[in-house]
Amino acid sequence: MSEPPASGEALLDVDHVTMRFGGLFAVNDLSFSARSRQITAVIGPNGAGKTTLFNCITGFYKPQVGRLTLHHPQGPLLLERLDDHVISRRARVARTFQNIRLFARMSVLENLIVAQHTALMAASAFSLAGLLGLHRYRDAERRAVAKARHWLDRMALTGLADEAAGSLPYGHQRRLEIARAMCTDPLLLCLDEPAAGLNPRESAELNRLLRSIRDQDGIGLLLIEHDMSVVMEISDHVVVLDYGKKIAEGNPAEVKRDPAVIRAYLGEPDDADLPPEPTGSASC
Amino acid sequence: MWRKFDVAALRDAALAGLVAGALALPMLGFRLVDGVTGLTLAGHFDLVAWAVGLVFCGRLLIRLLPPLPALPALPARFGDLRLKAGWLLAGIALILPFLPFADRNLVDKATLVLIYIMLGWGLNIVVGLAGLLDLGFVAFYAVGAYSYALLSQTFGLSFWVCLPLAGLLSAGFGLALGFPVLRLRGDYLAIVTLGFGEIIRVILQNWQEVTGGPNGISGIERPSLFGLSFKAVAPEGQQSFAAFFGIDYSSEQRVIFLYFLILALALATNLFTLRIRRLPVGRAWEALREDEIACRSLGINPTTVKLSAFALGAMFAGFAGSFFATRQGFISPESFTFIESAVILAIVVLGGMGSQIGIVLAALLLVGLPEWFRELQQYRMLAFGGAMVLIMLWKPSGLLSHRAPTIRLGGNP
Repeated sequence: MSEPPASGEALLDVDHVTMRFGGLFAVNDLSFSARSRQITAVIGPNGAGKTTLFNCITGFYKPQVGRLTLHHPQGPLLLERLDDHVISRRARVARTFQNIRLFARMSVLENLIVAQHTALMAASAFSLAGLLGLHRYRDAERRAVAKARHWLDRMALTGLADEAAGSLPYGHQRRLEIARAMCTDPLLLCLDEPAAGLNPRESAELNRLLRSIRDQDGIGLLLIEHDMSVVMEISDHVVVLDYGKKIAEGNPAEVKRDPAVIRAYLGEPDDADLPPEPTGSASC
Repeated sequence: MWRKFDVAALRDAALAGLVAGALALPMLGFRLVDGVTGLTLAGHFDLVAWAVGLVFCGRLLIRLLPPLPALPALPARFGDLRLKAGWLLAGIALILPFLPFADRNLVDKATLVLIYIMLGWGLNIVVGLAGLLDLGFVAFYAVGAYSYALLSQTFGLSFWVCLPLAGLLSAGFGLALGFPVLRLRGDYLAIVTLGFGEIIRVILQNWQEVTGGPNGISGIERPSLFGLSFKAVAPEGQQSFAAFFGIDYSSEQRVIFLYFLILALALATNLFTLRIRRLPVGRAWEALREDEIACRSLGINPTTVKLSAFALGAMFAGFAGSFFATRQGFISPESFTFIESAVILAIVVLGGMGSQIGIVLAALLLVGLPEWFRELQQYRMLAFGGAMVLIMLWKPSGLLSHRAPTIRLGGNP
């Protein structure tokens, strides 16, 4: 397995991507880059096109216009030309979902083993070696369990390994979904609102975890988030969307001050001629 | 504790009664009577009233009775228990024909139950593991049966050569069905598979030159055991089983041989499923049942996963079909109607989707019991329906719906 690219190199280039549903421009001529060993946050009000962007990157939607280039160590790959399951396998882009999509009736450990399907399938020669109980497959399975174990330890889920994934508390399910995505050995991890529904303590825990993934595993993270405490604290780079268009980009401090961002989040005064209110908008 | 009697309960019961009345009126209410002057229509409205009354009271009772006591919680070591129960059942199955009370009738019925167990285990791959609702499973059973019958009659191939060929052909048909329905799920998939099952049956019924149409195919070759025939007089160049072992010929020898044959086939199916559940393909099936989108995001190709489930499930149906053909010696499209698919599906659902031993219990219940109570004649179907209603009330997720993980931290289960 090849090493992830060095720090700060462009990992994903989004070039003039447009995704239309009928007359609605969910993502409109959007360009930005995400770098490796960095956390790039995509924020924006509801309906700004954040999840649509994720679905384009992970192949669930095919954008009508534009290019998505992933800089794989073995050469760039154009994601818009790959099928969703190929994107995970070849381009090594993993994702989590806004509404958690675990294999609810399977155990926690099984969820992590399924994530290593590609490697196990190759080792088991499409299950034939496994059917005959050959060593080759048993070794591969042992390695898969070891990797799952590593992520269980990091997510503090080891004690729950044999429980059904659907029976875990919400915060644990979020962590398990991240662990499952990490078990695919991604170069780029896309997290769709990882902090949604977490309490402040769990949210702080998540920040620590995402930082450790960035620093220890050296991969790029792309996250959609509404929780500004998460975004402002951990992101290295923030892209702000509104109505599918990029309205601002920069480091968290810059974005926070940007008037366009403040307008998008708090709205404009009805009559633009009126002088701005003396109080209010400055407090955000 | 009885529950409160109120208007809602009464209305609920009245509604159930109304439905029962609507069903009973055409089925019980009118009867054609063969009289001197020809056929006349006679009313049996008293029967309708009985049906309505029974359903009304039954529904009211269900509403008012305290909830059925839950089964005692399964012990933590249930996995072990289930394994022991499995070995016990397999042991009983092995010695069944030699038990003192076993007669030809019993072995015949056990063979029939085993065919359905095998079909249930085959369908379990598709429905229970991969979560693809298949209402046309009997089509693959038919393909297996006709494959054997036609291969053996046209080319004179033996059962043992035809068995894998029939399995392959059925798997091929499974793929053929799988391709067009890849995008469908749930109810839509069920309807297409239902149609596929009917297409196969209609083809068998109408392709007179090849399948013999409604007359079917008769005189299908019986299987031999390593070249030993089970006929009274062995054909040219063969030795008969009785002569080889120096025992008297009895027609029961063949019945017992067939019983062990289907037992071996069924156990092979079971072993295969138990094994493949712990392999990447099997886990991918279950993951696909749980969430297809998540599967795709993890690099699992849903196309190959679904097709492998369809093909492997169909293959086992094909084996069972070959066995059916060789056991009956005669097949016709009538044996492969929709009701067969429904019974097999009922076995899988009732057993608790995905549970191997649950399927054995359900097959005993759904196929074994009605065979036993043949004396009850038409009322056995009534009992069958009643039993289904009771089970759905009591255990809506199937007899054994507990799922054990296929792998545990620190050692396999």
